[in-house]
Amino acid sequence: MLHTNLTHVLSEQDHSKILQENENVMICCGRMGPMCIPVYEVMEELESEYKNVKFADMEFDTPDAKVIRNLPECRSFQGIPFVVYYKNGQVVKATSSIQSIEQVTTILDQNFGK
Amino acid sequence: MNNHFDVIIIGGGAAGLTAGIYLSRAKLSTLILNEGTVGGQMVLTHEIANYPGIESISGYQLARNMKAQAQKFGCTIKSNLKITGIELSGDMKQITVNESDVYTSNAVIIATGGKSRTIGVPGEENMKGKGISYCATCDGDFFQDKEIIVVGGGNSALEEAVSLTKYASKVTIVHQFDHFQAFEHYVEEAKLNSKINFIMESKIVEFIGDEKLTGVKIQNIASNEIAKMTIEGVFIFIGYVPNTEKLDGMVELNQWKEIVVDKNMATNIPGVYAAGDSIAKRYRQVTTAVADGTIAALSAADYLNSLKKAFIPVEV
Repeated sequence: MLHTNLTHVLSEQDHSKILQENENVMICCGRMGPMCIPVYEVMEELESEYKNVKFADMEFDTPDAKVIRNLPECRSFQGIPFVVYYKNGQVVKATSSIQSIEQVTTILDQNFGK
Repeated sequence: MNNHFDVIIIGGGAAGLTAGIYLSRAKLSTLILNEGTVGGQMVLTHEIANYPGIESISGYQLARNMKAQAQKFGCTIKSNLKITGIELSGDMKQITVNESDVYTSNAVIIATGGKSRTIGVPGEENMKGKGISYCATCDGDFFQDKEIIVVGGGNSALEEAVSLTKYASKVTIVHQFDHFQAFEHYVEEAKLNSKINFIMESKIVEFIGDEKLTGVKIQNIASNEIAKMTIEGVFIFIGYVPNTEKLDGMVELNQWKEIVVDKNMATNIPGVYAAGDSIAKRYRQVTTAVADGTIAALSAADYLNSLKKAFIPVEV
């Protein structure tokens, strides 16, 4: 389990459940490393601001993370974390590697609003 | 909400957090304003094994510990914000955040740290995470049995090039000079590794790719000749630059844009101190940042005391 204050997606079942129960979801699939930690921090920071978005993380190396690793939207990715944004269960955006708070908020605003 | 503090610290890395711990513990109201992730460059280190008294700890954990310690003493920490205005002259310092929130203080400690230097050529931003990486331990395993390039000639570049041979079938080090800046033992280790070869006096001038990186253009600096190379992965380790763009013209900077300080970490502006990777110094370590932060905090506290003494009314 990742050491963050975000909701943890631990299995494929968790992944399905979170998508079913929430219209807007952002999942950061990574490790506790230098490219991933800043993104978790950004998400923790934004959680109170974007009440309409469910923020979650998932361990990149857990076998069930294939639900994210194998997404067509992540096919060209060669840098962690893989961050996927879902609306009504469908992928609307995916990013690879470290992202700044400005980059994340731009995607959230464009796809989910506040 | 009271937006006035005794001291505002700009930057929440090892230096800023240490200053926050010292000042808050001394009962001075202290605000840390941090543009990125709390912990700064420290967070980018997987394992710190040379911090005295701690055998081994992740940079992330050490940063979390320092943050919690500062908060325990009452330090206010605001992170992932944008500093949009800085006014350091005069007795009352003023920092504007996100264009609207104004914070004032009697003293300021600048601990803005540094950031990884990028090459700054076409394709670099687009290919980040799609073949370009700045972290070998994060992304090395995406390049199992593939040929990759490592850019740079310092300790990090040579050390990471060797570590990437665990995954890659071949590692080519591209360096702009005809010699390396790294310590000799790193150079020797790289030279002895049969998977590593070298392209010296050369630089990448373009990254090529659409969905993902497919190649690079490399220019020989002596001949100006440009060659195309097919490659799927490039790791860039070309050092750090100080985060001082917003301070240019406000405090004295040297030719490398590092803040000039005296032995008390004082800048040329009264009441303004600086600490950590953004100052002019030779060695940049967590331990030296912590030491700088300590000195800056104690100096700022002295400065505040001197202000109070100057305003004691004289009885007649």
